[in-house]
Amino acid sequence: MTKDEHREGIKGMANPGRYGIERIAYLLMRLSGLGLLGYFIAHIYETSNILRGRMGWDDFLAMTQTTEGHIFLALVIGMCVFHTGNGIRIMLGHGGVGVGKPARPDYPYEPASQNYRHKIGIYSSIVFAAVAMMYGMAVMFGE
Amino acid sequence: MAQVSSTVGEQVPTLLSASKSILLRISKFNPELDESSKFMEFTVSYEKWTTVLEAILDVKKHFDHSVAVRYSCRQATCGSCGMLINGKPRLACFTKISELDSDVVTVEPMNNFPVIRDLTVGFEKLFDTHQKIKPYVIRDDTELESDQREFLQSPKEVEQYIQFANCIKCGLCNSACPTMATDSSFVGPQALAQAYRYVADSRDKGKDTRLNIIDESHGIWRCHFAGSCSQVCPKGVDPAMGIQFLRGYLLGFRN
Repeated sequence: MTKDEHREGIKGMANPGRYGIERIAYLLMRLSGLGLLGYFIAHIYETSNILRGRMGWDDFLAMTQTTEGHIFLALVIGMCVFHTGNGIRIMLGHGGVGVGKPARPDYPYEPASQNYRHKIGIYSSIVFAAVAMMYGMAVMFGE
Repeated sequence: MAQVSSTVGEQVPTLLSASKSILLRISKFNPELDESSKFMEFTVSYEKWTTVLEAILDVKKHFDHSVAVRYSCRQATCGSCGMLINGKPRLACFTKISELDSDVVTVEPMNNFPVIRDLTVGFEKLFDTHQKIKPYVIRDDTELESDQREFLQSPKEVEQYIQFANCIKCGLCNSACPTMATDSSFVGPQALAQAYRYVADSRDKGKDTRLNIIDESHGIWRCHFAGSCSQVCPKGVDPAMGIQFLRGYLLGFRN
């Protein structure tokens, strides 16, 4: 990237503060996607421990039974639920579903594609993720 | 606050002129001379109808004539005066200082465009990508037969694209786009919205040509529907909507 391109870069891409809840959802989608990718790789490593026999498997699984392990799994639950809910919203939008209809715009030009259906989809995904995390923590810490 | 005498001789405070002042911070940068940009600060008085462009021109007139800013129509029609105003891409002529609700107004050149000088950015890439999607009606029968009227459209057919024909090529959408922030090859929301404008035009027969142009790795598939382009558009074009409709064509949801 050359200086005269004047691109914002990752910092600008990840700055959610200027464009409302849709941009926050965009950032959360990226973060949860990266988090789930990390979990997927760790999960493959974890399950490969079965090759070390029962002792090795139990030793590794014991890591998830700690407080830190429970918090990590609760985060995975949250990321998974948000990524699924918001992903369905985005996939529908990508097909042109729920993004409004073309029409002559009237001032102050509220964009139809950023309508209440999508906002409800984003807020619902966040709420479901929070509820799923709380339920997961209640189950894990309630043992 | 000014005061005016009423007819009965009382002093009645009346708001004739609500002139206040703001600190206007203007980014100064000459790529040929400077290593980095710096801000120059000016105290500028304003009325409730004063636009950011008028404040900048006030600075040029009275304090520093070297401030580089591009403008023309002053009525959000030419698309020349796009810049970052308090961190968000806006047209300077279409943004009133009183609407910003801040005592400090910071103006910077738009992101994702090369800086020519100060607040002026280069639009070559924007125009290149705009031309790339063939922004004109494509038909085989361009010559009209004598007994035909011009290509008629119903009001319903016009509604399908007229919103997207409002684009003034100001570049605010490209500046706000998170993909443009990191991908220098991305075709951008401006060009994609214009591709939809012509694809949706009932007179146009170039749909497949345009869909082939944007169906590439740095084309339409790099849009992740963040919607920032639509939020900053000063003409209500809603590029995010057009891009999703275009994708609907490519995915087979639309005909």
